[in-house]
Amino acid sequence: MPDWLIIRIFWDLTVTGLALGSIYALVALGYTLVYGVLRLINFAHSEIFMVGTFSALIASTQLLNIPMLEDGNYPYRTGAALVFFLVFILLAAMFISGVGAIALERIAYRPLRGNGDAFGAIALAFLTSFVIGLIFVNETKANLIIACVGTAPISYSYLRFFKKGKKAPRLAFLISAIGASTAIAEAVGIWGPNRREQYQTPRILEKKVLFSALGTDVRIDYVIVIVGALLMMTALTLFVNKTKLGRGVRAVAQDAETARILGVNVDLIIVVTFALGGVMAGGAAMLFTMVYDQSRFNIGFILGVKSFTAAVLGGIGNLKGALLGGFMLGLVENYGSALFGGQWKDVIAFVVLLVVLMVRPTGILGESLGRARV
Amino acid sequence: MSQLSDLWKRLQSLSADVQVRWKSMSHVQRLSGYVLAVLALYLAPWWPKIPAVGWLVNTPGTQFSTVLNDQVIIFVLVALGLNVVVGLAGLLDLGYVGFYAVGAYVVGVLTSQHASLPWLVVLPIAVVVSMLFGVILGTPTLRLRGDYLAIVTLGFGEIIRISAKNLDWLGASRGISDIGRPPSIGPLKFGVIDPKPYYWLGLTLVFLVVFCLHRLEESRVGRAWTAIREDEDAAELMGVNTFKFKLWAFAIGAAVGGLAGAHYAGKVGFISPDNFPLQLSILFLAAVVLGGSGNMYGAILGGIMVAWLPERFRNFTDKRVLVFGIALVLVMVFRPEGLLPRRVRTKSPMKSASGGQEVAQ
Repeated sequence: MPDWLIIRIFWDLTVTGLALGSIYALVALGYTLVYGVLRLINFAHSEIFMVGTFSALIASTQLLNIPMLEDGNYPYRTGAALVFFLVFILLAAMFISGVGAIALERIAYRPLRGNGDAFGAIALAFLTSFVIGLIFVNETKANLIIACVGTAPISYSYLRFFKKGKKAPRLAFLISAIGASTAIAEAVGIWGPNRREQYQTPRILEKKVLFSALGTDVRIDYVIVIVGALLMMTALTLFVNKTKLGRGVRAVAQDAETARILGVNVDLIIVVTFALGGVMAGGAAMLFTMVYDQSRFNIGFILGVKSFTAAVLGGIGNLKGALLGGFMLGLVENYGSALFGGQWKDVIAFVVLLVVLMVRPTGILGESLGRARV
Repeated sequence: MSQLSDLWKRLQSLSADVQVRWKSMSHVQRLSGYVLAVLALYLAPWWPKIPAVGWLVNTPGTQFSTVLNDQVIIFVLVALGLNVVVGLAGLLDLGYVGFYAVGAYVVGVLTSQHASLPWLVVLPIAVVVSMLFGVILGTPTLRLRGDYLAIVTLGFGEIIRISAKNLDWLGASRGISDIGRPPSIGPLKFGVIDPKPYYWLGLTLVFLVVFCLHRLEESRVGRAWTAIREDEDAAELMGVNTFKFKLWAFAIGAAVGGLAGAHYAGKVGFISPDNFPLQLSILFLAAVVLGGSGNMYGAILGGIMVAWLPERFRNFTDKRVLVFGIALVLVMVFRPEGLLPRRVRTKSPMKSASGGQEVAQ
């Protein structure tokens, strides 16, 4: 291979690796935030991302109603319209993911912490009577009616149960998370826009080459992904470090009990943490769909595992660590698959993780959300 | 709703009565009770023929004895093994499917792909190799704590699957076919059609594993595991070599997983990397925690439920994974210790000396 080609491939891999890495990093932030505050692997976070990709795709087709051109393609947007569309899709994905993350916390985690509320009770009661109804009939409308009828009495007894307020062991949280993750993915697989098939939507951004540098062409979508991710992460870091709520997040991460005594509303902070993670996942989802134009009900799992790996790699509970871990994982995966073949991509990622953890058992930058190193 | 809790209390008192009566029985009576229970389990393939019970246990769509062997026995074996790692030693293993795959692949490689040894000879080899894998994975990773261990084991499960998929030596994505079957003894024919002999073999393996694990749990090793699970630092300070015992838990868990894999490979005769997805690890873990992690009988119950319930309620086949996910959340919210929680020793010497209070969990 001539030198220029190797150099070109190297820089190509670097650019795509950084783009992939910034998506990992954004999703990893959600894991890291929740882990820092609750010491919990929020296994269902990956599904929040998946829901975000679907919201972005649906927003770009249904809501904006793009007409097809005569040649079967869709028109690209340009100028102010493009910016408006991208921002709109971004906000839609962020909103849905954020709301999803908050609902997840209310339904699957808060009751386990021993302070379940009416919202959680009603949602869980609805799910219970939905499942019970399924034993007798399997028809979506009938099931929904049964679920609604059953919700009232069951939620009453659930609320009474919640009043006892016992805290569950740590493993229970993880299993609940796994259950929620499976349920969300399956629900999208059953009732989602394209069921279990890939959901593809028209592209609104023309993926032209923005500039050439170091012998490689850099496409505009990669630039938007990297810059967008960096902006979002900066905003998050500022939020956590400069605002009052952010100070609460750091306080709870450092010592929840003391924070509570000193007047921090711990439940509110936990909701804020989940919302922040969800919003970041929504942003990642929008960037993801911008590059790949498609999504599927089961994309969350592997991407979630990778992002969690990124979070651990950088040092879980550490915001900068998530960024570093994400970029590192993206690059290592890309270089690795060029060297050893694409099928070994995941193996390389995990081997790197193993090696890093053996040398530095708490990740590259170490664990810290509450400490000064945020 | 208060009637429901009344009913629950009455059920509890009933079971307490039964326990008291069981304890007051003579040895002969108890022994015959055990024999009857074991016999009933060996006759399980015919349960669907019993009037009322049959309606309850029957699995529409699939032959009942196939479900018993391919699902229930496998899940029970795996849950027993994983229970040692997760329930007894408190190590979160999300890649348990890796050991299961190793067991199956050892059988595949040695009876079909590269040699044609008989299944019975390969079975112990499979168990030992899985155990070795447990030690190989455990040695570098068991020094990590909790959540890091979870992600590393998750990676391990995936590495095993991807390696099997990409190495021609392991049959790549085609998998391995014509795997050796257990030897037929007299009328017990291990063929393609009748799954009953496999079920009986599997049930025997389950009894064997239960017996061994029970002995282990009551021994010094078992006490060391409990100590590590409850407080690793305290255990270390009290002189328990935590690393050694964690490694033991990992190795023994891996061995049981490998055994399950070997049994599976011997039954189905064909394995491919797609049989060992990461999601299966999650199901395994769910079985242990659903049943009650740390309690062997809880793990067995969990294994049975995770395996059998989806087969029983076939009329919503398309939604069973969804139901499964929701059920996991519900069980964790309302019974976070699992359906059959770990029994806490009520008569620990310390407490009984100070007035016989129950140990609070």
